[in-house]
Amino acid sequence: MSREVHLRIRRQDAPDSRPYWQDFRVPWKKGMNIISCLQEIARNPVDASGQRVSPPVWDCSCLEEVCGACTMLINGVPRQSCSTLVDNLPQGTITLEPIGKFPVVRDLMVDRSAMFRALREVRAWLPIDGTHDLGPGPRRPPADVDEAYVYSRCMTCGCCMEACPNYDAREFERFIGPAPLAQAFYFGLHPTGEMNADDRLDAVMAANGITGCGNAQNCVEVCPKEIPLSEAFARLNRQVNRKWFAELLGR
Amino acid sequence: MTDSAPRFAVVGGGLAGLMTVIKIAERGHTVDVFSVVPVKRSHSVCAQGGINAAVNIKGENDSPEIHFYDTVKGGDFLAHQPLCKGMAYAAPSLIYLLDRMGVPFSRTAEGNLDFRRFGGTLHHRTAFAGASTGQQLLYALDEQVRRFEAEGLVRKHEGFEFLGPVLAGPNGPCIGLVALDLRTMEITAHRFDAVVMATGGPGLVFGRSTNSMINTGSAAASCYLSGVRYANGEFIQIHPTAIPGEDKLRLMSESARGEGGRVWVPRRKGDTRDPREIPEEERWYFLEEKYPRFGNLVPRDIGAREIYDVCVNQGMGIGGEMMVYLDLTHKSREFLDHRLGAILEIYEKFAGDDPRTVPMKIFPAVHYSMGGLWVGYERTADGFIDTDSPKNHMTNISGLYAAGECEYQYHGANRLGANALLSCIYSGTLAGPSAVHHVAGLERLAAELPDGPYERERRRWEERFAAIRCMDGPENARKLHRELGELMIENMTIVRHNDALQRTDEKIQELMERWHRIGNTDPGDWSNQELPFINQLWNMLELARVMTLGALARNETRGAHYKPEFPERNDAEWLKTTIAEWTPDGPELSYEEVDTSLATPVARKYD
Repeated sequence: MSREVHLRIRRQDAPDSRPYWQDFRVPWKKGMNIISCLQEIARNPVDASGQRVSPPVWDCSCLEEVCGACTMLINGVPRQSCSTLVDNLPQGTITLEPIGKFPVVRDLMVDRSAMFRALREVRAWLPIDGTHDLGPGPRRPPADVDEAYVYSRCMTCGCCMEACPNYDAREFERFIGPAPLAQAFYFGLHPTGEMNADDRLDAVMAANGITGCGNAQNCVEVCPKEIPLSEAFARLNRQVNRKWFAELLGR
Repeated sequence: MTDSAPRFAVVGGGLAGLMTVIKIAERGHTVDVFSVVPVKRSHSVCAQGGINAAVNIKGENDSPEIHFYDTVKGGDFLAHQPLCKGMAYAAPSLIYLLDRMGVPFSRTAEGNLDFRRFGGTLHHRTAFAGASTGQQLLYALDEQVRRFEAEGLVRKHEGFEFLGPVLAGPNGPCIGLVALDLRTMEITAHRFDAVVMATGGPGLVFGRSTNSMINTGSAAASCYLSGVRYANGEFIQIHPTAIPGEDKLRLMSESARGEGGRVWVPRRKGDTRDPREIPEEERWYFLEEKYPRFGNLVPRDIGAREIYDVCVNQGMGIGGEMMVYLDLTHKSREFLDHRLGAILEIYEKFAGDDPRTVPMKIFPAVHYSMGGLWVGYERTADGFIDTDSPKNHMTNISGLYAAGECEYQYHGANRLGANALLSCIYSGTLAGPSAVHHVAGLERLAAELPDGPYERERRRWEERFAAIRCMDGPENARKLHRELGELMIENMTIVRHNDALQRTDEKIQELMERWHRIGNTDPGDWSNQELPFINQLWNMLELARVMTLGALARNETRGAHYKPEFPERNDAEWLKTTIAEWTPDGPELSYEEVDTSLATPVARKYD
């Protein structure tokens, strides 16, 4: 018999309906990833018992780990289903579940809009004077840009939010989460962003801001782009403390 | 003009769409953005190598005029030249703008923007942020849009699919759009005074390509079905270097060659040795040999064609397959990680080898559509663009605009590397203000128009989706899609033969018949991904015919369109734009003159 991949997928028809499990078998192919397993199921939506089922719903777009869409729990670990190759997983059944810190939309698809709202809350942008021609931007030392570049690669995939023990999208007001905080830090690395650091730091100092971070450092472990999140938080903490003292002293 | 506020819609949130949004919002107007994905996940993130601007940081006497010329020559003189000129001259200021928005562009030792080489030019003209430039550019625009969103000027409709425009009459004007909420599956009609399409390319017509899963071309096809002209559909760019994959073909950026990557195959046919054991003199650097001046940086159409020739005609591909080595192993690890880290990681993750020590195995893949929705422009006497005109980037339907890869301007018969990000952003800077000028001249706003056309369109689409939901035939939509892709890759990519194109069109029509016998696999009424896909598949089939028939008719070789039966460019007969218009019997082709008043077409040489 030709080789097969066994998948166990947690299904959920709607946000408020009960989850259930379904098993699938797909033919193994060299170099296949989780996405190509799911694509194969969509072409032939039959479960392991031979029953016709509706194809599982999941999020994906770029399939090269840069859009951030296809995050799911694969054997319990939050990661991108495009860059997870079947042959790199241990032999045996592969379980797929939606990440748990966000409301399920359907099957493996979750609602991560809270992450985009959070970016608005921490004012993750540079307030430029307009898009008309104002000549070159500020010169920047190459080393500064290299440092910033690392943080600019955050694709809002939600792996860090999922791994964080203090985050839950349904209790947004408790802790805003690692990804948006790292972005607040990122904009402070730009000369223009530095000029209006206070705007962002106010959000970082809010009740659901950086004080919600318990320094568990799970976020760093799961970030697919290896963004040094805990370093960002340590430095953000120092900035917050400085600002807090300055305000205390009435400056 | 009345007191009520005009309404603008932008469909698509990639670089072109977001730049359009910014330009409209900056003028104080409210903009609604419709996107199938959160805009930050748009396909622009996949662009890797960089964005062109003749800033001349390296003191090579580069100039916007040379950039303009390289662009039209790269496009084999099929592009309308005033827009190319406008783009090349605007490029330096656009790079500065992106820099001011915070894009972490790589720097020189002096802290200036750094530039690298790309195909089709001899200058260092490509600004870059590591090897994930598209991602950083998209994020910068996304951030500015979020700022306008916080001010209440932008309303995002993410997870909404554009189904079609609402037209006041058969020939327009466009007065709104119909959208599908991808969660609730509710279909609604919306009133707008101007609609800008910025929905990207149609890579999925070819099944697997370097495009994202959202690049079905369906939204543009729907405009075509509503009467918008589709131009130069036959011009599809094949990128010479991609990584094979079951689910998609991942791009290996041209910047790998821009930074010194060399393409080769073993000199001995059927040589099965590990590439690291093949000595220098036994390697055939066929691009460097044939094109001493441009070498590995010939334009993409030429690169892809040469790889095809070496692998298929001469049987010299690795393992007898359509595959060649792209070699960076002579560069230091530190250099590679700094300049190309992001793309080398992709290769390592998906192919399993470390490209810093083992030459990459790459092959050509469908990458970009030069063709797209027809849009116009208004030029000034000196050959620039009249930026006060409402006609820039307007389709043949008044009030309906298009910007970015979904339209056909800028690239002619072949796009130069790192000109896509530029054309997307530049076209947004034209389309946004143009739409504002258009609305300023309207006598009545959409808000005051009768319900009739909106109701009619909404009902039409509801009936269409109700019918799709009930489809219970034996065909599977995903399998039909795969068949379409295989057919198009076989016959509509690097080499085109008229008999095969004729057969391809017949087969597409067979697939269209079989489409009616699809069985819908998902009866659900919540977040149903099958219904929109079945609808998109029909639109892909319509576009496939436009591409194929355009190619069949064009009996010449120009840019990405190569016909061995007609191996020369034929300006006397074919220096013209292909225009396809939808009819119930299939696309009707006509032709339009190209504005070549700024640079006289000459033979295109890179050796």
